[in-house]
Formats: sequence, structure tokens, C-alpha cells
Amino acid sequence: MSVAAVIRHSQHGAVRAVVLFLIALIAVVAGGGVWWYQVGRQPAQPDALPQAERKDTPPASAARPRPAQRVVSLVPAVTEMLFAIEAGSQVVGVSSYDTYPDAVRQLPRVGALVDPDVERVLSLEPDLVVTYGSQEELQQQLVRAGIAAFDYRHGGVGHALDTMRTLGARTGHAREAVRETTRISTALAAITQRVAGRKRPRTLLVIGREPLAMRGIYVSAGKGFLHELLTLAGGDDVMGDIPRESVQATTETILARAPEVILEVRSGPKPDATTIDRERRAWSRLSGVPAVRSGRVYLLYDNALVVPGPRMPLAAEQFARVMHPEAFP
Amino acid sequence: MTTAVFSLRRRALLVYGGFGVLAIAAQLFAPLIGSTSISLTRALDGTVPFAANIDAQIFFIARLPRTLAAGLVGASLASAGVMLQALLRNPLAEPFTLGVSAGSSLGAMLAMLVAPPILVLGVSAVPLATFAGAVGAVSIVYGLASARHRGFSTDVLLLTGVTLNAFFSAVILFLQYHADPSETVRTLRWLMGDLDVSGYGPIVVALPLIAAAFVIFLWLPRGLNLLTLGSDSAAARGIDVVRVQRLAFFSASVATGAAVSLAGPIGFVGIVVPHVVRLLVGSDHRLVLPGAALFGAAFLVGCDVVARTIMAPLELPVGIITAVIGGPFFLWLLFRRA
Repeated sequence: MSVAAVIRHSQHGAVRAVVLFLIALIAVVAGGGVWWYQVGRQPAQPDALPQAERKDTPPASAARPRPAQRVVSLVPAVTEMLFAIEAGSQVVGVSSYDTYPDAVRQLPRVGALVDPDVERVLSLEPDLVVTYGSQEELQQQLVRAGIAAFDYRHGGVGHALDTMRTLGARTGHAREAVRETTRISTALAAITQRVAGRKRPRTLLVIGREPLAMRGIYVSAGKGFLHELLTLAGGDDVMGDIPRESVQATTETILARAPEVILEVRSGPKPDATTIDRERRAWSRLSGVPAVRSGRVYLLYDNALVVPGPRMPLAAEQFARVMHPEAFP
Repeated sequence: MTTAVFSLRRRALLVYGGFGVLAIAAQLFAPLIGSTSISLTRALDGTVPFAANIDAQIFFIARLPRTLAAGLVGASLASAGVMLQALLRNPLAEPFTLGVSAGSSLGAMLAMLVAPPILVLGVSAVPLATFAGAVGAVSIVYGLASARHRGFSTDVLLLTGVTLNAFFSAVILFLQYHADPSETVRTLRWLMGDLDVSGYGPIVVALPLIAAAFVIFLWLPRGLNLLTLGSDSAAARGIDVVRVQRLAFFSASVATGAAVSLAGPIGFVGIVVPHVVRLLVGSDHRLVLPGAALFGAAFLVGCDVVARTIMAPLELPVGIITAVIGGPFFLWLLFRRA
């Protein structure tokens, strides 16, 4: 029964009065809320851009009122980039997964990819919020609040460097950003140079699997920074023909592609030697794979290995060291 | 109906023969098909050492165990579906109705997200935790269903199972919500079912349990036939109703728990295969149960072939294929009969 029908059918004046009163109350509260939201917020944000920038923002060179001073980053990789370009002191809030650099441990946490805490974000009074590409709801909320959003998605090495330069322009650290990206490019080129001309081992880069078993094996494929780092560190990615960042690899695929080196990267803390040894031995079930036969299965535990950003050269060097040990005497 | 004029013996021969040929054909042909092309003659060539024979390795390490696992899991889930539909006298019942899937999934999630990685008797903790979760769920459901009734209340069984499913699912969501996003992808994938067992070890562990359940299945068809008439009529014909109910419940649960620990909770096989077989052979459990086991095996083996080849070298979760192929097929069968 609709509200109108309820009112029509109400025999008693009292019921009708209560229903009408409730409707009026809801209307007043809702109207007041909208008024507060639209009018009440604006004085607090005098410099806010009329429309927050979305994916189709003009490039960083476009004129801006002034660099962002209070940045909230919901993406750990971008947090790391901000600190690398010396914008760390402008970061006022980070995601629940941020661990690097150490300075982030003191900062307020505002949720992460699936559970951003909008109230906490707003309470930090940011003038720039770094969101992940799929957080469209959050981006719309920021637009309504008149706060600029920086929309980030993981990509390749070049994308990470571009992001750092854009962040530099947005935070007033353009020069530091250029210096840092040049350092990264130079370091990566040096690693490529070091392994140049050597035979590129066919390599499988594993990013996750069921503990101590050959099941649920996820591997890096032909897109994204891990694939690019593997390639520039002198490896031939056996999954390189699949245009995706990661895929589940079946036993059959791994046997058929016959990698000569298997690299497993884990972001967690390094476990004890027994556990590592057990995890390596889990591969013995696929003893036909050349990497397993020759004992070239490596488990690397380092948070730097899974974050596209300033520590990419560290990751590339670790990859190069295990694929080309003779180049690093 | 032409089948009605045949004696039971002749119909049984037809059913066993027909579905048996289907299951055997699936087992024989499925290992020949895959994401890569291999030569069977080279795979079986004894003169090449196994370590150097990639075709043999793909055939014997990747495909054969996988096809066997699909057959075992398909047979287990389909028979367990028949059992529970008869036990609960509910056509919507399936192996996962009584909390086994959510309980075992919770076990798997705990092993993946919370517990430290350990090996127990050379087996990874995940399948063991999965089976332990199934046992836990079954014990709770059984304890509650038989606590306040002399015997066994199927209504309480059903309600307890559905409630436990919801409760365990909430705990699973809680665990996933707090897990690292990279872990969440893997655990979600586990929940879609995966037959890539990469060796015979997991099958050898699950086989005794499934075999034990099937031995009990052999005793039950006559009792199930009478149970479907209602427990009073069954008791009037000299059936120990509670005993049949208990055996059906435990054997179906063991088969389901073992299947889930082998391949994750693969949906749809356990509800649709029993109905398909009933549409084809009638409602006599002496025909339906073996028919469903054989057809379930053939069906899941077939779905797995599609799952691993249709987007090769990528693979689709087999649970998607079972529903996408099984759903329309079942509807077609239903409307053709109507």
C-alpha cells in the first residue's frame, strides 16, 4: 500500500495527523541536510576546485591555483612515490595497507581499496585524495565535497614514472620528481646494461600459490611492471604472450612452457630457512620442469618486489641476480 | 513409456551400460585434449626417459590426475545430491545444503589466511582443514538434529544446515574482508572450484573416503525408495528409518567433504545431475543412484575439458562451466518432457 493510500484509508484523524507529521519531518530533515551539505561545506573549502579532476584531467602542465598541501593517499604505491619526491610532509593520511617508508606508520589510516572511510578522509581536510581507478563511488563523493581526486591505476614502469612526475607537478615538487625518475631510469638502465648480451633464461614469475602445494598458482603475465622488470633484468617471460597482469597457471601450462628459472615473489616477511626450503621442495612434484630439475627455483621475500614505484631498481636487481648470477660476482 | 515394459534387470543393464559407456568414454578422451597439443604416441614412448619427455609429463602429471579427480568429484557430488534429495524429500536439496560446503570452505579459508603453512603427513594443510571443516559442520548439524528428537528430524536437519551455511559464510566474508587483497583473489578462486590437482597425491588421500561412502551407497537404494514415500510408510514396511537416514546423511557428507577437499566447492553438479538422471530413468533409486554417479563423473570430466580449453592458455573456473552448460541443458530436458 502506498503512503497516499495509507493516508486515504486512515479512519482516525490521529493516525492521519501522525503520518503527515512524519512525512513533514522527513522532508524538513532531508531538505536541511541538503542545504547543509551544499551551503555549509563551501566556506570551509574556499580554494576547492569547482569540479574535481577525473580520468580525463588536463596534463600536469595546466595552470593550477596552488600545489596540494594536504594529501590523503589510498594507494601504498603512490604513498611511496610521494615520499620519494619529497612530498612526504604533505601526506596527512594513508591506506590501511601502507608500511613503507617508516614515516607512514605515524599517519592516520583511512581504509583501503574496498573499504575507504569517507568520513575520516573528509575529516583530514585534504586538498588532494589519491584513489584507485575502481573506487568510482569514492571519487564521486570527493567531487561532491569539492576535493580534487588523483585517479591512479597500476601500470608498467613508464606509467609509474609518469605518475611520479604528475604528482610532482600537483604537489609542488616537480624538480624533485624529475630528479627521482631520472635516478630510477638510470638505475634500471644500468641493470639492463649489466646483463646485456647474456643468454636470457626462460623465466616464470610466480606471485602467489597455496602454501606448500602446487595449487592455485598465480603468475605474472605479459603486462604490468613485474613483466617489464623481469624483461629488463634479462629474463624471457614464459607467460609474456598473454596480455594480462596476472593469470592462474595450470600444471599443464607450466610443464608445457618449461621455464629454466622460477622466481617466486612474496611481499610478506621472510620466514625461517626450513619453511623456505619446504616451499622450494613443493616444486619437486613438477620435476619435469627444467628450473626444478636444475634447482633454479628462487623464493624472494621483499615488499619492494611487489610495489611499482621508487624501489623498482631494487626489485630489478634482485631478479637480475638470480637469473644472471655470473653478472654479479 | 517404453522403459516401463522392461523388467528392472533389463532397465538396470541399460542404465549402467549407457551411463557407464559415457563415463568411460569421458575418462578416455578427456586426457587427450588440453591447452597444449601433445602426441599420445610420444607420451607413451617408453624409449624416451620420462624426465625428458614433456608430452608424457603433461599426460601423466597434468591431465590424467585431473581427469580422474573430475570423475571422482563428479560421481561423489551427484550421488550425494541424490541421497540428500531423498533424505530431505526436497527436490532443491543438494550436497551443500546441510552446511558441508560452507564448513569446509571456512576450514580452507582458515588454512589459507590465518594458519602458518604446515605439512601433515606430506599433505598441505588446506585440503585437511577443508575436510576437518566438513566434519565439524556435519557434527553440529547431526548433533542438533538428533538431540531433541527420538531419532532424527529432517526438518531440523534442513533448517540447521541452512542456518550454518549462512553463519559460516559470514565468517568467511569476515576473514576475506580482513585479508590482504592479493590473498583475497586466491581464496575467491578456491571457492569457484579447481580440479588442477597436479599429481596423484591428493587423489590417493581422498579415494578411501569416497570409496567408503560408495560402499554404503550400495546398501541404500531400497531404503531411499521407501523413505521418499514418507517415514511412516517406510517404517510400516519394515525399514529401520532412522538407520537409513543416518547412513544416507553420513555417507553423503563424507563423499561431499572428500570431494570438496579435493577440488573446492564445485556447484551445480550435485543438484542438476540427479534431476537429469531422474528425468531419463525414472525415480527408482536402484537406477537413479548408480546412474547419477556415472553421469556425474562424465559430466564433470566434460565440463573440465571445456574449462581448460575454451580460453587456453587461460583457464575458466570449472564451476562456471557446470552452471553455464548444465543450466540450459537441464531446462531443455525439463521442457521437452513437459
